[in-house]
Amino acid sequence: MEIGSEKEKMGFEETELRLGLPGNGGSEGEVARKRGFSETKATTMDLKLKLSSKDAGMDLNEKAKTLKKEKNLLTADTAKHHAKAQVVGWPPVRSFRKNMLAVQKGSSEESDMNKASGNIAAFVKVSMDGAPYLRKVDLKTYQSYKELSVALGKMFSSFTIGMKDFMNESKLMDVLNSSDYVPTYEDKVGDWMLVGDVPWEMFVDSCNRLRIMKGKEAIGLAPRAMGKCMRNRS
Amino acid sequence: MNYFPDEVLEHVFDFLTSHRDRNAVSLVCSLWYRVERFSRQRVFIGNCYAISPEKLITRFPGLKSLTLKGKPHFADFNLVPPDWGGYVQPWIEALAKSRIGLEELRLKRMVVSDESLELLSRSFANFKTLVLVSCEGFTTDGLAAIAANCRFLRELDLQENEIDDHSGHWLSCFPDSCTSLTSLNFACLKGEINLASLERLVARSPNLRSLRLNRAVPLETLQKILMRAPLLVDLGTGSYVHDPDSETYNKLKTTILKCKSIRNLSGFLEVAPRCLPAIFPICLNLTSLNLSYAAGIHGSELIKLIRHCAKLQRLWILDCIGDKGLEVVASTCNELQELRVFPSDPFGVGHDAVTEIGLVAISIGCPKLHSLLYFCQQMTNAALITVARNCPNFIRFRLCTLDPTRPDPETMEPLDDGFGAIVQSCKFLRRLSLSGLLTDQVFRYIGMYAEQLEMLSVAFAGNSDKGMLYVLNGCKKLRKLEIRDCPFGNMALLSDVGKYETMRSLWMSSCEVTLWGCKTLAKVMPRLNVEIINEHDQMEICPEDGQRVEKMYLYRTLVGPRKDAPEFVWNL
Repeated sequence: MEIGSEKEKMGFEETELRLGLPGNGGSEGEVARKRGFSETKATTMDLKLKLSSKDAGMDLNEKAKTLKKEKNLLTADTAKHHAKAQVVGWPPVRSFRKNMLAVQKGSSEESDMNKASGNIAAFVKVSMDGAPYLRKVDLKTYQSYKELSVALGKMFSSFTIGMKDFMNESKLMDVLNSSDYVPTYEDKVGDWMLVGDVPWEMFVDSCNRLRIMKGKEAIGLAPRAMGKCMRNRS
Repeated sequence: MNYFPDEVLEHVFDFLTSHRDRNAVSLVCSLWYRVERFSRQRVFIGNCYAISPEKLITRFPGLKSLTLKGKPHFADFNLVPPDWGGYVQPWIEALAKSRIGLEELRLKRMVVSDESLELLSRSFANFKTLVLVSCEGFTTDGLAAIAANCRFLRELDLQENEIDDHSGHWLSCFPDSCTSLTSLNFACLKGEINLASLERLVARSPNLRSLRLNRAVPLETLQKILMRAPLLVDLGTGSYVHDPDSETYNKLKTTILKCKSIRNLSGFLEVAPRCLPAIFPICLNLTSLNLSYAAGIHGSELIKLIRHCAKLQRLWILDCIGDKGLEVVASTCNELQELRVFPSDPFGVGHDAVTEIGLVAISIGCPKLHSLLYFCQQMTNAALITVARNCPNFIRFRLCTLDPTRPDPETMEPLDDGFGAIVQSCKFLRRLSLSGLLTDQVFRYIGMYAEQLEMLSVAFAGNSDKGMLYVLNGCKKLRKLEIRDCPFGNMALLSDVGKYETMRSLWMSSCEVTLWGCKTLAKVMPRLNVEIINEHDQMEICPEDGQRVEKMYLYRTLVGPRKDAPEFVWNL
C-alpha cells in the first residue's frame, strides 16, 4: 500500500518537475527561439516552487542542488516502479499530439491561475539582467506604470543598489547615461520595446514578458523611444 | 459483355466509386482491364514501396488523383527511426516528367521536402488539392511555393504534420488572383501568421467552406474572418482567448449567429472557457466536434458545452471529461457514430482517465456507434460484454488501457472474454486494437469470429505462437497485422508464408522471431520485402542467425527491395 502511494506521489512529482524545465520534448525548439536570453535551470526550477521574496536570501545554489538530487532519485526509482508507463510508444498516442498537449499543459497552468483571479489576468515573467531567478507579475493588479515600477523595484531591490524610478524623466536620462537598468518588454509579435511608450492599457494587452536590461544594452532602444516618451508626457 | 462498345463499359465503370470495386473489375478479362485502366482517375496506394511510380504512370495514363502512404503505422509511436524512408520526391519527379495531369495528391506518413513541394507546384497546371497527414520534412517555404504557383488551388489541408515554421509570410504568397480556395487547414503550424494576409485571403475566397486556424490567430481575427465567411461549414478556431466583457467578444457572439452552416467545429488550441458561450448557438447543428486539443477546457465546462450538441455524429474529446461527462454524452448525443477519447496525460500517469463505466454508458445511449478509440484507466470483461451486446455495429474498435497489461480489476482475469464478445457480436468489424492482460485465448476468439477483420494491432499479449497462428489461419480478410512485445516466434511467422502475399504488411517488434526466421521467409517469398530495422547497432556486423530480431517489417511488393533504404534497414 505504502509503495503504491509513494509510487503515485513520485509519479506526480516527476511530471511536475518535467513540466517546469525548459527543453520539454517537442516544444524545445520553439522555446529556444522565443527566448532572447538564456535562463539557468536553477532559476526556472525556483519559479516552479514559487519562492516568495522572503526566501530570496536563501542560498539558491543549495536549493538547486537538492532539487537536482531529488529529481535524479525520482528518475531512477520511477524508472523501476513505472517501467510500464515509460515504455517506448505506450500509450500509443501520436508524437504530434503528445507534444501539443505538453506545450498546452505549460500554458494551461497559467490560465488556471488566471481563472482564480476572476478576470483574465495578465501574468508575465519579469527578468532582470544579473538576477539569479525570474519573477512573475500580474499586470492587471496595477493601474499605471508608476505602480508597476514601484512593485518591480521592491521585487528586485535585493539585487540592485538604488533601483531608479524609471518613469521619472530626468532619472531616465541618468539611467541611460549610466550603466543602470532600463525596463523593456516583448510584445505580442516578438519585438523588444521600451516600457512607457504606449498607454497603460495597451501595454498590459500587448506585453508578453518584461526584461530589465542593463542600460548599455538598451541604448539601441532608447533614443527613438525617448523622443516619444517626452511627447507622451501630458 | 464484350459486344458493348468501350464507351459504354467506361460509363458503367464510372458508377463504381470505390477502389476495390474498380480493382475487381480490372481482373475480369483483358478487355475490362484495358477499359478500366484508361478511364481510371483516382488511385490509392497503401504502401508506397509496393509499386513504382513508373509502373503507376504506365498503367493509368489518365491519373488525376493519387493517395500514397509511406511509413508503417507504428511510426506514429516512435517505433520507427528517422530517415527510415517514405520519400515522396521520386513520385513527384516521375509524375512531373510524364504527361499526367495531376490534380490531387494525398499523402500520409511520408517525408516531403520543400523541393518536392516546389516541384509539385510548378509541374501541374491544374493542381487543385494537397492533403498532408502526419508528414514531415518540409517548411513553410514549401507551402509558399504551393500558394504562389498553384493557380487553381482549392484545398490545402495540413493535418498533424511536423512543419518547420520559418515565418507567416507564406500566406501572403497566394496571389490576389487566387479566389478558388474551398478548404484551408493550417492548424498544425506552430508559428506566427500574417493576419492581414489571412483576412484578405478569406475575403477573396467566396467558395471557402472549410477553415482551420492555428494558435497564432487570435479571437479578434476569428471574428473578422467569420464576418467574411458566413457560409463556412467546417471551422477550426485558433486561439480562443479574450475578455468576455470586451466589445470584441460581443461582436463575435453576434457574428457567430450568422454562421448557420457550421457543422464541424475543432481547434480551441488555446481557450478561455468563459468565452465558450459564444459558440453555444452553433452547437445545436454540429455533427462533428473535435476538442481533443482543447486542453484548456476542463470537465465541467466540457459537459456544459456538450449538452448543447444533440446532433453530434462524431466526437473527439480528452479523457478529462470523465465517466460522468461520458454519461452526459450518452444522454445528449443519441446520433453518435464515432467517439475518440484521448488521454489528457499522454505520459500515462492517468489521474483524470475514464473507465469502463463511461464506455458502458455510451453503448447504452448511442446505439449507432460504429467507430471507437478509447484510452482508459481500466476495463472489465463485463463491460465489454455489455458494450458488445448494445453496439453490434462496430466497424472500428480500438481500446487502449493506459497500463498495457492491466487485467480486469474486478476479477483479475485477462480481458479475453470481453474482446471475444466484441468480435463475436460485431460481425462487420474491420479494425481492432487490443490491450490489457490477454492470453492466447483472445486470439482464438478473433480467429473464430472476426471474419471481416482487416487490421489488427496487438501489444503485450498472448502466451505462445498459437496466438498468432489463430489469427493468421482464421482471419481471411486480414491486410495489416502489427504486433509488438508478444511471445510470437519463427514457428508462427513461417507457418503460412503465402498468407503474407494476401496482406499489405506485417510488423513485429520485440517478439521472438530470429534472424534465421526472417531470412528463411525472405528466401521462400521473393515477392515480399522482409526488412530488419537495426537500431542502435543491436545486431553485430555478422550476427548469428539465432539472434532475436528487434524490429521486422515485411510487405508485399512488385518492385523488389527498395533502393532508398538507410544503412540501419536491412533487406533480407
